[in-house]
Parts: sequence; structure tokens; C-alpha cells
Amino acid sequence: MTLTLDAPRIITTKPLLRIENVSKSYGDVRAVRNVSAHAFPGEVLGIVGESGSGKSTLLRIMNLEELPEEGTYHLDMDNTPEAYSGNLFEMDRFARRMLCATRIGIVYQNPHLGLLMKHSSSGNVAERLLVAGERSFANLRAKAKDALDASEFPLERMDAPPAQLSGGMQQRVQLAKAIALEPALLLLDEPTTGLDVSVQALVLDTLKRLQQDRQITMVIVSHDLGVIRTLADRVMVMRRGEVVETGLSDQIFQDPQHPYTQQLVHAKL
Amino acid sequence: MTLSKLTKPWEAMSYGFIDGSAKREMRRKMLKAVAVPGCQMPYASREVPMARGWGTGGLQVSLTLVKPTTRVKVIDQGADDSVNAASIRRFIASVAGTPTTLDTLEADLIQSRHRIPEEIMCEDQILVLQVPNPEPLRGVQPNMSIARQMHADADYGRMWLQLYEQIVRSGRVMQGASYPSLVHGRHVMTPSPIPRWDVPKLHMSRHLTILSAGREKRIFAVPPFTRVEPLVFDDVPYQVEDHAGLTCYRSGAKGFFMNEIPQDDGSSVYEVSDSEWGVKAIRAKDGEDVIQGETWYKDGEMPQ
Repeated sequence: MTLTLDAPRIITTKPLLRIENVSKSYGDVRAVRNVSAHAFPGEVLGIVGESGSGKSTLLRIMNLEELPEEGTYHLDMDNTPEAYSGNLFEMDRFARRMLCATRIGIVYQNPHLGLLMKHSSSGNVAERLLVAGERSFANLRAKAKDALDASEFPLERMDAPPAQLSGGMQQRVQLAKAIALEPALLLLDEPTTGLDVSVQALVLDTLKRLQQDRQITMVIVSHDLGVIRTLADRVMVMRRGEVVETGLSDQIFQDPQHPYTQQLVHAKL
Repeated sequence: MTLSKLTKPWEAMSYGFIDGSAKREMRRKMLKAVAVPGCQMPYASREVPMARGWGTGGLQVSLTLVKPTTRVKVIDQGADDSVNAASIRRFIASVAGTPTTLDTLEADLIQSRHRIPEEIMCEDQILVLQVPNPEPLRGVQPNMSIARQMHADADYGRMWLQLYEQIVRSGRVMQGASYPSLVHGRHVMTPSPIPRWDVPKLHMSRHLTILSAGREKRIFAVPPFTRVEPLVFDDVPYQVEDHAGLTCYRSGAKGFFMNEIPQDDGSSVYEVSDSEWGVKAIRAKDGEDVIQGETWYKDGEMPQ
């Protein structure tokens, strides 16, 4: 009997997102200290930690809303334009804005940060397309409709302003806006916080389906371990601005190594 | 010590009311505005004997530009005889000794609130438009620091969003006046609250247009032969007011921008908004020898 073995697969995929040695302070407070992180194409990276651990600051840095004092940031996208090939922190403000507008999507915990509450929901999605240069009204309508549909938003309410929608619906509008241009990277900052459990589950289902269908690279920040466990492939644990542990999701939840991670995983009310 | 001893002896005021240093500043800012078409330039905006919001911005520009031989015309919503227009015209004449005129063709400088005359202006004429709110982004970005950054980045997506919202809500673009327009392919400006009818008159016009907001302390310009393109969607064309088929009940003029005058029976009659053009039409009808200049609109259509 001959035993045949498959040749071992060598993973050559380069990370899509690569952040190295990033530090950011607000006055005397060091919000993020020497953090490095990466995410592979199609991967969901979860960032967990207590309030004030620097996870949202790190997400804002990834969205280029904040610039750190030190560190580098690279996005290795398909057909990366020359302007975006170097350290993204060193790009000029205009290039940063265009990159965020076209290649990075973000869903904020607070919909007021991500949406124009008095404009229509479809208008909110259209805004992103307009920034990218779309100037046909018919195309704007069609693409906004597609994005809202993909985020499982009821299309009969597509012209209602987010101010008149529930929290779950507002998050779907944010999601539609974030994915309208098929971004390379989707950042989610506590996307289900403040929603009731049933709506939370529906939003998580939508995110999961989107990730599977479109293979979008996601970075999700949450203090809710259940959310991270549902979505993330890999988890990064932060405390006081530093990364204390990184690993595969199952590994972190089943066999946490760092005492703080153990405390987090085993914490119960 | 008496009050008369403390008071400076009377002396004549500066020519054209505004002092020399203010005029120098205005000229510098106007030159900058002409150099970067459509870009808003800040200026100090001096006090003039008129309340802010009544044309102080336009008045300061006019007072800076006039010389004793400048023929000045002032209109308010197209009319030469409104209180505001008459007051400004008399004030300029009294402090600068300028001759005044009602005829668009004769004027060297036309200060206007909310209209551009119907007769085509030429290279040696200057149009000064009074502007209440110079910032086209104010409706979409209340933070003016961010709005200025948006101008710097030519980040005008939200201006189209405003139009998108209007079409979604009302089925058509509802922006009646101050229609946002792209100047020289770079800066979006509000062309002051002129009606949509007048915006195409600024495109590649032969005259210099200076727009000035006294209260907001901003000045911007459209130099001669500069592109001024109203923001539109590729598939929703720009439309002017539907006045092409209306006839002035006084002068019989047709195909120009009209004022609607509601009647007691619920109907409306119309009179041509450019009052001097209406007067010319009446005089021509009466057989007088009147020079009627070429108009921007022909039979209610703007030739391309």
C-alpha cells in the first residue's frame, strides 16, 4: 500500500492591511502604543478590549481620520494606484481623502457620525458615489438601491431620512454607504452596540453574508466578545493602548494565554 | 475746554466716501478674485451709511471702482426705480460725482441686486452683484473651516447631493436662485440670488463680474470669457424658468424674465423684470428712436 500525501500548501498571500509600530497620543495620554497589525484579503480581524484600550483610535487611524506620531500603514490592494503604494500616513490630505472615499468603508457605532440624518437614506449612499465622481442621476439611484438591497434594507423606505429610522435600519444605511463602492477594506466600530439582541443578530447575519459573498477584508472593533466570536477569523486583544495577545479566533476564546485575555474571556456578570 | 475745541476741523471726506487704505485693500482683493475665478477672497468690509444686508458689499466695490467719469447704473431685482436702487445710485453720485444712467448700454458700471440685465454687456463694462450669502457649501456644511477645506480639495460631491435630494423629493431640481455653478472648472460659487434664467449669461461673458458680500466679508469674481457651468447631472439637464412664452402686459416684450403680478380674480399678469428694457420696448412701440441692444435671450432661448 502506497501512502500519498498532498504537497503542503505554502500560503503566499500578502496581507492587504499592514500597520507597523503605530503610536498615538492625546496630550499626555498615549492612546495607542507601538501597535502592529495586519489583515489578509478576505479576512475578518477582530479587535477587543475594555473601554479606553485604544481600539477605536486604532480604527480611526486605519480610516486615516487620525494620523499617528509614528508608524507606517500600507494597503496592498488589487491594482493599487501609484499614489497609494507607499506609507499612507505620508500621503497628502487630498490623496488620503480620496483613498478613504473610494477604497475604505467605515460603519460607526454612532450613526450620527456616519450619516446625514436629514438627507434621504439613498442620498446618504449616493453621497459616497458622488465623491467618487458618479454624475448620472439614474446610475446613482440604481447603485444606491443595489447597496441598500445588499445590506438588507427595506427598499420601500430608501428615500426616508435616517432620522426617521430605527437604530438597526440606520446601521444598515451606514453599511450600504460603506459597501457602495466595493471597498477593499471595511472598518466596523462597534456596529451592533446599542441595538437590541434580535436586531443585533440580524445585523451580524448581514455582515457575515456580505463577507462571504464579497470577500471583503474587515476589521471589527467591539467590546462584545460574542460579536467578535461570531465574525472574526483572527482576534487582537488590546489593553491600555497595547496589543497583549493576537491569535486565531478559536485559539483566543478556547485557550487564552495572557492573563488579561483570560480575564476577558472568562468574565461574566 | 469746549466740544468745538476737541473736535477736528471739518474737512472733505475721501473721494467716493471710502478711505484710501480701504480702497487699496479692495483693489488687491479684486485682483486676487479675478486671478482665481470663483474663489472667495476675504476682505475687511468697511462701514458704509447703509445697513448690512442692503448691498454694502456691492456698494464698497462700486465706490472703489468709480471715477468722476464712470456712468453708474444701479438695479434691484431688475428695476432701476426701486427704493434701494435709487438710494444707492444717488449716494454714489453724491459722494463720487459720477453721472448716472438707466440704460444698460450706456453704463460703465452696473451694480445689481439679484438680476443681470437682458441686454448683452460688453468688454468695457463691469457688473457688480450684491451677494447675501457667498458660501455655496453653507447648506451642506455648516462648519466654515471644513467648507474652506472642501473648496481647497474641490470636494463638491455634496452640492450634487443637494440636487439629488431635490429630485428625489420633488421630481425636479428646485433650486430657484443662487444656483451653484462651477467657475473655470475649479471653484463652485453661488452666483448671488440671480434666477436660473441669468446664470447662463455669466458663461463666457464679455464683461467682468465682481460679486461682493459686505456682511460676510467675501469677494469673488468671474473674469471675462470664463466658463461658468451650473452643476447638473449628466442625465438631468439644466433648465431655466419657463418664461419663454410669457408676454409683458405693459410693453408687449416677450421671451424675457418676467415678474408675476397676481390679480384680484386669481389670475396673473406679467411684466418684464428688467424695467429699463421694458421702457425701451414701450418707447420703441411708440415710434421713438431707441437703441435696443442685443439681448442674451432670443425668443426666450439662449443661443449656444
